[in-house]
Amino acid sequence: MDFVPATNKEEKEMFTTIGINRIDQLFAGIAKEHRLKRELNLPAGLSEIELKREIESMAGKNRIYQTSFRGAGAYRHFIPSVVKHLVMRSEFYTAYTPYQAERSQGMLQSIYEYQTMICRLTGMDLANASMYDGASALAEAALMATRITEKKQVLLSSAVHPEYQATVKTYCHANDVKVVDLPFKTGTTDLKELKTLLNDNVGGVIIQNPNFFGSFEEIKEIAQLVHQIGAILIINVVEPTSLALIKSPGEQGADIVVGDGQSFGLPLNFGGPYIGFMATKTEYIRRIPGRLVGMTKDTQGRRAFVLTLQSREQHIRREKATSNICTNSALCALTVLVYLSTLGPKLRKVAELSMAKTHYLAKKLAKLPGIRLINSQNFYNEFVIRVKNSQTVLKKLRNQGIEGGVDLGNYYSQLKNHLLFCVTELNTKEEMDKIIKILN
Amino acid sequence: MAKTNPKNLKYTKEHEWVKVEGEIVTMGITDYAQELLTSLVFVELPKVGKKTEQTKTLAVVESVKSVSDVYAPVSGEVIEVNTSLTKKPEIVNEDAFGAGWIAKIIISNSKELDKLMDADSYTKFCQKEEKH
Repeated sequence: MDFVPATNKEEKEMFTTIGINRIDQLFAGIAKEHRLKRELNLPAGLSEIELKREIESMAGKNRIYQTSFRGAGAYRHFIPSVVKHLVMRSEFYTAYTPYQAERSQGMLQSIYEYQTMICRLTGMDLANASMYDGASALAEAALMATRITEKKQVLLSSAVHPEYQATVKTYCHANDVKVVDLPFKTGTTDLKELKTLLNDNVGGVIIQNPNFFGSFEEIKEIAQLVHQIGAILIINVVEPTSLALIKSPGEQGADIVVGDGQSFGLPLNFGGPYIGFMATKTEYIRRIPGRLVGMTKDTQGRRAFVLTLQSREQHIRREKATSNICTNSALCALTVLVYLSTLGPKLRKVAELSMAKTHYLAKKLAKLPGIRLINSQNFYNEFVIRVKNSQTVLKKLRNQGIEGGVDLGNYYSQLKNHLLFCVTELNTKEEMDKIIKILN
Repeated sequence: MAKTNPKNLKYTKEHEWVKVEGEIVTMGITDYAQELLTSLVFVELPKVGKKTEQTKTLAVVESVKSVSDVYAPVSGEVIEVNTSLTKKPEIVNEDAFGAGWIAKIIISNSKELDKLMDADSYTKFCQKEEKH
């Protein structure tokens, strides 16, 4: 199949139509001294065989480890084959966002079911049709809190994923919202500092749970403090499999729950595309950005799905729009839906396995000389250890085919020689015992 | 057809009406405006105590087909809002000049009232808008 967009004959016809002979006559308007007088420095075209060889040799430069103990915002979970099989049907993956939404009842039904599952997991009343990723969803939540309270300041826990923090700060900067850092102490958000920093100017407080270090935060207590001054509590969930195990953020007092759905059936994909989710209470239904799918009845009384409450999006409200998001991550939302439907109550098993294994490795590592576990006992599937030299530890593991934890010195100056480990159901006991043997 | 614009009210180009009683004005959107908007499904009321500025956004009305801003007809401070619109926004459609009022504002500069139209000018203004 030929992908040349125009044949020589077609080119000539076009030239005749617009009255030129040669292509460079089109550039007559550009002064001669600004024109490139040589061919572009590009290699010649390749045949398919050559191209494949070239790409394979480039891919061969990647170092692939037998196993990995990294999380920090991207989690390796088992994806049942049925997920990819269903999602990769061309009806789904070739479809763009439905402009005549109600013509695509199947698409709307899938989004409605996705929203329902997000609500059940987060303990919220309503969820939007999804967002780009967890970080942008969190930033949108910060802005939403300032719209609800009409107060232009948010407190941001430093135990939130540092890259999420950066995204929140970028969005807030552009919206004249002040972001105040809320410090952590021994691995969790410092409640004493929270009490000091809370005042009448604060519109929202952002907490991640489990936080960047894997620890569970005292959400109930934080919620009480935040609500006392009439601010909005935003809970960020970067590892949503945890929701199968703990009391939902809604039950614990969250007003807005956001996070990334990657753990639910999306491969690591070198960092994307992922999917952001966002859920809130009924009273804030008109403050939530993005779109919502609703269920209703048509004129003949049949069940029908409609795109509702998108009237505050950019293509309708222009500069007065709630946010500049005008779409959703439909294919990723569908993946989340298929994954969750496939697992059902077994999602809890995934979470239990992940947590039990994590605690096994943490306990074993903490017993080794020169290694200290930083978290208290209350953590999910990630934990932090302090070592004598983080790079030496990582190198030792890499030499044995294991990608060890994330070096936190890259994110926090005070956390040099601290490593963040993650264990999921995909890591075996043999792998963990191997780590212990290497580091002993 | 929209109802006749009452003579005792003043009007803005953005289709708000104002009833002046001493230092306090009651305001809402005109019957002409509600008819163009069609059935309202939501009215976002300002907070009591909000400082208003003439021609700046005061409230938001959402109909089945669009979302529109309602502008402050005068500068001042909101002293009361019509909370019954929260549950029943359709009151604006039924009685825009009466029970469908949106907010009461205490005026900070009464000279601003001179910039508003009387009923006759507003009616002509609407007729002109319709031709466009």
